[in-house]
Amino acid sequence: MTLTPVAPTIRSRPVYAPLAAVPGHLHLVIADGEGAEAVTDMLERAPDAAGFLALTHFLYCPGPTGTDLSDRLQALGAMQFFRAPTIPALLPRLQRVLTDAHMGSRFYLAGSEGLIGQAERDIMATGFPFAAIQKEHRGSTLRRVQCVHCKGITENVATDPFQCSHCGLNLFVRDHYSRRLAAFQGVNIDAEDPGEVPESVVRFT
Amino acid sequence: MSLDYKFAFSPDHFDGFFRDETFRGDFTYRNTDPRRFPFPFDRDDYMYAVNIEPHVPGRKGTAFEHLLDVDEHYIAEMTDRAKVLAEDPLRCQSLPHMELAGWDVLELIMEAKARDYPQWFSLERDGNRWRWINRPLGIDESFTFLDASTLPYGPFEYIMRQTQGDWTLQDEREGTLWMDAGIATSQADWSLDFDIGMNFHEWHAPVPMAHEKGIFDRALKFLLKLQHGAPVRRFNWTMTVNPLLDTAPETYPKWGTMKTSVTPENIGRKQHLRVELQSLYRLPRSNAIAFDIRCYLASFDEIVTVPKWGRRLHRVVRDLPEELATYKGFIRNRPLMVEWLSQYDDGAPTSSGWFADD
Ligand code: HEM
Repeated sequence: MTLTPVAPTIRSRPVYAPLAAVPGHLHLVIADGEGAEAVTDMLERAPDAAGFLALTHFLYCPGPTGTDLSDRLQALGAMQFFRAPTIPALLPRLQRVLTDAHMGSRFYLAGSEGLIGQAERDIMATGFPFAAIQKEHRGSTLRRVQCVHCKGITENVATDPFQCSHCGLNLFVRDHYSRRLAAFQGVNIDAEDPGEVPESVVRFT
Repeated sequence: MSLDYKFAFSPDHFDGFFRDETFRGDFTYRNTDPRRFPFPFDRDDYMYAVNIEPHVPGRKGTAFEHLLDVDEHYIAEMTDRAKVLAEDPLRCQSLPHMELAGWDVLELIMEAKARDYPQWFSLERDGNRWRWINRPLGIDESFTFLDASTLPYGPFEYIMRQTQGDWTLQDEREGTLWMDAGIATSQADWSLDFDIGMNFHEWHAPVPMAHEKGIFDRALKFLLKLQHGAPVRRFNWTMTVNPLLDTAPETYPKWGTMKTSVTPENIGRKQHLRVELQSLYRLPRSNAIAFDIRCYLASFDEIVTVPKWGRRLHRVVRDLPEELATYKGFIRNRPLMVEWLSQYDDGAPTSSGWFADD
């Protein structure tokens, strides 16, 4: 399996590229689900995988559809390995690790867009340049969507339209994406004709 | 400063200049003189372009007479803004590094208003000790410039509660502009809360056709060269049912059904052309760029009192590409609009330029 294809749509929609090991003093690798495969692929291409791993801290959690490749990553023998059960459980650890990161640190994000977006948001909040962060989307295309009306975020959205898990409005899913919120935008689909909600279609898996 | 300015409106206040009117509920908003309206079409068709020109004072008696136009709707608009902010404070946000830009824009606005409208506004300065008087809103404030603790709000929100138009402040970094502060209570259906922190190409992402035409690449290049003291302006426009200033995505479930209320009988009164006179200023201390999106509304009934505008609006709406009518949110009512406007189009040629009498 390779990089999840993203149809080129609009300019706020994130784009991704295969990870590549670059020189650095500390490699923070943050991944979920199938993202582990992006990491092992990168290591296969790396000129000095053992040297890279000696400076690597893995933060990993299973993907939104249940894929758990923890064992494979742990077996690589990196400097540090941490497995969280979910993304919300992973983020506090990331925030702590970021307080020790410095300008020579390199960031590798791989897996679902929800994981990549939230990790990128937290890394950028600490002032690291965008250019120090690599992102490879693998596996699930489920979306993290903010309801523009109530502001609640619904995780793992599969269908379009879907029902906001906070206010219950029927929302259609836009490609418009906020890096600050790490979320796509959801807008009420029957605002003009209340009750006329088209049938939901599975768009994200 | 109170949230809801409680002026006892009486006809003799300020010679009865400011209208006591609403942008919600009973919608009593009207234009006393439609010819003052900044009609945005200088020809009979419309397509996106890098339509940027110097923002220099224009004809007397138009919205272009002064750098910042203060018109008969001032008090009513500020009252509406205070209500929106009370309901949803997320409509005004400023990322922490934008405070200096907030002071820059406060200075720009206070200076311009005190200079151009001395009968309503005055600014006295003794070093950093400033005294600002805003007579229409009943404000007399003494504060220390660059010391936010001396104002009841942050500098940006303070001045925005006294200024018509939505404003955003853009920080310049990495060869682009970042929308890092803003206020949006009279916006054409975009969310400040969602867009804040985005760069120029990201917040423009939903716009159809213009990216492909290279319009945003060229516009950004132009803006990065913007100089302090040489502001520029451009027009944008859309359509709104009822004179509803706050067409926010946040409240779309509340106002969306208004779009279905238009009939051949009420369209002249209900359907409004919504024009944004946008101006851009490079700020001196922060090097940020301030973007003013000033919204003007005129009903179709008011527009067609100027024969040239009636003819032209008919042709523009009729021939607008479908993508634009859809993006601007009036595709469902376009047939009704074209039908009604056609009564005011005798097919005669129109003169170029947007002024009523050209
Ligand atoms: C830094 C200043 C600017 C800001 C903050 C800004 C902001 C925005 C926003 C928020 C939208 C709505 C996008 C959406 O649908 O969500 C928009 C639309 C648009 N902007 Fe800008 N803009 C700026 C400058 C410009 C300039 C210089 C141009 C010149 C070409 C331009 C051209 C457009 C066009 C063509 C649209 C679509 C409008 C429509 O059809 O209703 N903008 N802008």
